[in-house]
Amino acid sequence: MAVAKLTKDKAKETGGRNSFMRRLRGSVTAWIYILPAGLIMLLISFAPQVFQIWMSFTDFRIANLRFNFLDPSTYEKYAPEFIGLENYIKVLLSQLALENYDFGRLFAFNVTWTVANIIFHVGLGVAIALALNSKNLIGRRLYRAIFIIPWALPGYITALTWHNMYDDRFGAVNQLIAIFNENFGTTLATDTRWIEASGSPLGGIFSFLPLAFYAVLVANIWLGWPFMTVVATGALQSIPTELYEAAEIDGASGWQKFTRVTVPLIRPGMVPAIMLGTIWTFNQFNVIYFITEGKPFGRTEILITQAFKLVFEQRLYGVAAAFSIVVFFILLGLTLLQNYATRATEAYDVV
Amino acid sequence: MSSKGKTFRNILRQIGLQIFLLSVTALVLFPIMWILALALDPRNIDKPLTLTLIPPGASFEAFRKVLLEPFELLCRNPADPSTCMTFIDLLKNSLITALGTSLFSVAFGATAAYAFSRFRFIGRQAGMLGFIILLMLPSTGLLAPLYVLLSQIKIAGEPLRATLGGLAIAYAASALPFSVWNLKGYFDTVPKALEEAALIDGASVTGTFFRIILPLSTPAIAVTILFSFMTGWTEFILAWAFLENPERFTLAMALRAMQGQYATPWSEFAAMSVLMSLPILILFYAMQRYIVSGLTVGAVKG
Repeated sequence: MAVAKLTKDKAKETGGRNSFMRRLRGSVTAWIYILPAGLIMLLISFAPQVFQIWMSFTDFRIANLRFNFLDPSTYEKYAPEFIGLENYIKVLLSQLALENYDFGRLFAFNVTWTVANIIFHVGLGVAIALALNSKNLIGRRLYRAIFIIPWALPGYITALTWHNMYDDRFGAVNQLIAIFNENFGTTLATDTRWIEASGSPLGGIFSFLPLAFYAVLVANIWLGWPFMTVVATGALQSIPTELYEAAEIDGASGWQKFTRVTVPLIRPGMVPAIMLGTIWTFNQFNVIYFITEGKPFGRTEILITQAFKLVFEQRLYGVAAAFSIVVFFILLGLTLLQNYATRATEAYDVV
Repeated sequence: MSSKGKTFRNILRQIGLQIFLLSVTALVLFPIMWILALALDPRNIDKPLTLTLIPPGASFEAFRKVLLEPFELLCRNPADPSTCMTFIDLLKNSLITALGTSLFSVAFGATAAYAFSRFRFIGRQAGMLGFIILLMLPSTGLLAPLYVLLSQIKIAGEPLRATLGGLAIAYAASALPFSVWNLKGYFDTVPKALEEAALIDGASVTGTFFRIILPLSTPAIAVTILFSFMTGWTEFILAWAFLENPERFTLAMALRAMQGQYATPWSEFAAMSVLMSLPILILFYAMQRYIVSGLTVGAVKG
């Protein structure tokens, strides 16, 4: 954010003849408006991030915590050693003394986790929004009130609840299967170790995903779809009914109406939500940390939970900082890719 | 098609929809019923052995204990129960933190969003991008530098870090990027003609902001309040690291402390979870009519 200045189109917008003085005054006004938020972000987010970048090139450990960058008298005694790219090399080449640490697998897992979640969140979210939006639906208000609950509950409370539901002996999931067995005469296993089991339900390229992945995926789908439903509902309600009527007159089938009218028209509303959802899911700390705790053997760890463990269990601040920077670049790459993909498909729009 | 055939088809459709939506309802309510059943379980056992909606001897004992008895884990002096935090004390701190977070992120988010929406200045694009990039930066490694920074700022001889206000500012920083983006998207949809008319009538830019933009953006503001309130209400990692005085501890911290014990007092934990979720649910329902439009209109029309 450099020096503010009004450009020419501002002159058009406010109407009237704008002198240079007025433009200057306007730019100052713009700055005064941004100042409070800007200051907070500068102090709380930006400055520590800069510090983190610096930390990532040093061997910052617990002994260096007394180092205070605002107090020069601590420099000599507590300043960490500068070690260049060593932390990055350790992180990327899997040279960390952590259980089952493999950066490639972590990354693959994190991406798979994000993609799988977004597909289900958006798919279910839109399907349920469509169902809720259909004409003459009985109980619409009640459904809406209930469907908002997973989103409204504090995230880490739901995560802990799901963690306990997956308990092999006392968890609600296995008990539900037992009830199902009783009533339908089936003999499904009721002692499945949902989180700890080390086998992989699917082979081939999915063999790096343990059962816990599917368990935690279900939990996060439960948590995530209502947000997409709310966004999709808003987008659906903005579609003029005339478009559907016109499509009907043209003899469009239900499916054609969905693909030709609904999808292109809710797309602009869904794209920002999907981008936001991608960032949130990629860094979905609560769900992974509290439900699987990385089990079995660190195989369901995502990057952010691994970074957290580096700080709070290993106390390797420097390595964790490097790790965070790597995660940031991955997220940036993903967002740019997504942005590119949505731009590339924009021609698909009918309006 | 005959009207009779059409009615029949509509009934079939209604039945199909109801089956679908009822299944979703069952799946949504299952974990909630489970935690409610736990909260009502009088035995306070580690984990329940059977799946029952209303456990044998169901009582509100766990709720009573959580609400009225002091938290033995959070005391200034562990030997003296009267120095321990009670639910009301914790609630007060949680409310201060959460309301402070909403206040900061709405007030500062709205002004920044207004500038981004209505002014054209150099660095505008960069500024908008800056906010979303800060959303992407993982904050796990920030604890140490943030601790040092906020310890330097002293208010009345006390480091800002150890106060609820300092905590609220730190949370607001994490809520601001979303707040700015969402509000900016909504402000973009407010017709500029309204402001132009007001300006011609002699209103100042600030006047149009307060009298036109803000009142017309109630839904987006409601959503911002809701989200930032939730952040302040449930966060506990930063709070554990920053706060020193148990008198400032929050509900989220107390809940976390319960889980950390050797044996979780399971019914109490569930009761506390229910109690903590209630205010958020009430807020959601109170603001329900704003949520849909407050979250999406900006994106759809912007």
